[in-house]
Amino acid sequence: MSVGPRTSVYGDVVVTAPVTVPYVRYSIRSAHWFTAKALATLLKTSGLRKDQIDGLCLGSFMLAPDTAVGVTQHLGLTTRWLDHLPIGGMSGITALRRALRAVQSGDAEVVACIGADTNAVDSFRASLGSFSVFARDAVFPYGSGGPNASFAFLTSYYMRTYGATAEDFGKLCVAQRENALSFPYALFKKPLSMEEYLTARPIADPIRLFDCVMPCAGAEGFLVMSRQRAEDLGLPYARVLSASERYNAFPEDPIQMRGGWVLDRERLYADAGIEPGDIDLVQTYDDYPVMSVIQLEDLGFCAKGEGPEFIRRHTFTNDGSFPVNTSGGQLSVGQAGCAAGFLGLVEAIRQVTNQNLGKPVPDARFALTLGFGMITYDRGLCAGAAILSRSDA
Amino acid sequence: MIPPLQRPKRKNPILRTRQPTLPPGLRSRAALGLTAAAALGRFELQVCASCKAVQYPPREACHNCLGERLIWTLQDGAGELLATTTVHVSHDLFFRERMPWRLAMVRLDSGPTVVAHLHSACPPAPARVRVGARLDKAGQGVLVAFPFDEVPNMADDRQLREMTCDPRFRKVLITDGKTPTGQALVRAVLAAGADLVWVGQAEPWKRFPGMDQLATDPKVTVVPLDVTDSRSVTQLAGEIGGRVDIVINNAEVHRTHGIASRAGVEVARSEMDVNYFGLLRLAQEFGPALKSRAADGQSSATAWVNVLSVYALSNFPAHGTFSASKAAALSLSQCLRAEMRPAGVRVINVFPGPIDDEWNQALPPPKLAPQALAKSIVSALRDGVEDVYPGDVAQEWLARWRENPKVLERELAL
Repeated sequence: MSVGPRTSVYGDVVVTAPVTVPYVRYSIRSAHWFTAKALATLLKTSGLRKDQIDGLCLGSFMLAPDTAVGVTQHLGLTTRWLDHLPIGGMSGITALRRALRAVQSGDAEVVACIGADTNAVDSFRASLGSFSVFARDAVFPYGSGGPNASFAFLTSYYMRTYGATAEDFGKLCVAQRENALSFPYALFKKPLSMEEYLTARPIADPIRLFDCVMPCAGAEGFLVMSRQRAEDLGLPYARVLSASERYNAFPEDPIQMRGGWVLDRERLYADAGIEPGDIDLVQTYDDYPVMSVIQLEDLGFCAKGEGPEFIRRHTFTNDGSFPVNTSGGQLSVGQAGCAAGFLGLVEAIRQVTNQNLGKPVPDARFALTLGFGMITYDRGLCAGAAILSRSDA
Repeated sequence: MIPPLQRPKRKNPILRTRQPTLPPGLRSRAALGLTAAAALGRFELQVCASCKAVQYPPREACHNCLGERLIWTLQDGAGELLATTTVHVSHDLFFRERMPWRLAMVRLDSGPTVVAHLHSACPPAPARVRVGARLDKAGQGVLVAFPFDEVPNMADDRQLREMTCDPRFRKVLITDGKTPTGQALVRAVLAAGADLVWVGQAEPWKRFPGMDQLATDPKVTVVPLDVTDSRSVTQLAGEIGGRVDIVINNAEVHRTHGIASRAGVEVARSEMDVNYFGLLRLAQEFGPALKSRAADGQSSATAWVNVLSVYALSNFPAHGTFSASKAAALSLSQCLRAEMRPAGVRVINVFPGPIDDEWNQALPPPKLAPQALAKSIVSALRDGVEDVYPGDVAQEWLARWRENPKVLERELAL
């Protein structure tokens, strides 16, 4: 076990002000509106003025034809640092890493990191054909529309190779739903039973309805600033002990049974000065459940292929032996475009700063948040991780 | 085991005809190389000229060495079936109407992993399979995972049939029955299982050789059709247009000679009137009905076949004006293909070399027998390809033309 404040590779830079703009299934407002709402809530939470935000990092798919630069004029922001990250489930981790270095190096003082997207009745369908060149050329013509077929392949291969059952994945989904019941912004408000999970509408065998996230509109955000500034503002803060990102790892693997985390996990834990056993809660990127299992393996909680056994041994609710997706994950909260890449991070910040909206994980000192995504046709290209610690840990 | 195709039930005349929809048809320029090869019935992928790495999905630079020279190369498609899925829910209208739909993930022996349509005769994963390329209903190249060895009734796979134009249980119009080619086509199409064949005859008062024999078959109906006469075309289209599933336009006028060896334009004009304007008249009159029935159940309207000539690619001066008329027909058929594509009707262009008939009497062999031409057209319908070059001469001219069209022009002028 470890004691005392650990060293962070990001020095004295911290994350504060975890913010969520309530999710809705459909909205007639644009991504700019959700971005503005997130920014306004960040200002209200922190007590800062808009002109004190001098860095903006935006994860969004639906600003087109704008990018983050158009948003600066739209929202009346003058910044000396800017980044636009339309990389879905990786947006949050990458935004965090960019913002931490910006403040650490002195390029900015206060960076607003926001993931925001809208969703109209036709948005999801309309976005499918233009998600990426390889998606358009190599999977979209084949009819599944979206990544369902790609993850059906992965799930089927994983089940066959490692002996996972539908009940194993169901256990994660059921536990996440229970975690969501106390989270006010979750779009799913009813408990999910194993029976409902197993008998739900088939989407693409073996994937069923409750393996799939629900696209929606919403936003998540946080601020990155120096520890001194956070203390001056009286803001609870979390420290980021280490973080990693990796793109297009293992291109020779015939099928994605591991992600880029494998290449970075040793350094991730070494930089943080902790071991997997020290982690109190994990926010996986749960699009789809098979990826959650792969993330747990790749981050060293069990060996490759031992995921099913690991799942059977543990319970994953906030009061369980291994809390996962403590606000319900995307599967129970909803996937608001790139905001889904921030969801786990924002919830991790809440847990380790004791600002929970839902049920807390007892004595949460170290939180691991994962990023993943940008599925082309057969695999997700991004793999990221961040270890957050309570300010005194 | 694929069950053989059954005769479809009689269509309920009260029900509205299903409107054509298409699978997603957008592709990058690089990916259209796969479509171009599939149009010829070939599965090709890019291979890096520098490091030999095979590329998939198609792209602009080698994923291994960044080399820019990527050569489209024939693939055998052998690979390992990693996983399959049955899709039950899709946002796409075309697939939504055809659920459930089975897909495969295959690791090709040549390196890449691909997503493909799954032929129902493939065993469950893990298994050896063979990936091929086909044109889907949108006329775009897609990959299909086939069983490693052939099985009976392979073509009757429900998903594969959405990509092909099988004549079985369909009704076919063959525009000219007086030539040996026309009659060979009638026989070939009937042997392939067509329900009904209408055979055009431009001068009904004349009895041409073979006509009596044609008329004896109960599935054959000889109909008046003069493709140089707009009224004739309109009248026939009015009578049968709404029932035709496949049009095979083999009507042609073929004369020898080029420019200087003949006086006046009358012969050339009659070549154009049949070979080019005949196609235009037919397409205007029969095209719309074909398009409207392109999704009309198992025996939907499915294909338009033009018997062109390899001389359409590059002028053969000894048959100079005929070549020009075929070149005009080729260009127009490309227009027809673009206009038919939104409905999913396949336009198939056939480029035979000299056919073994009276107009090629003076040419030395090899010449294409009418039966061989007919057989190649039935194969093209079954495989759903777009461009067919039947016979040795056509294959050789195609190779020369693809390698350097200007050199072929000079070779033909020597």
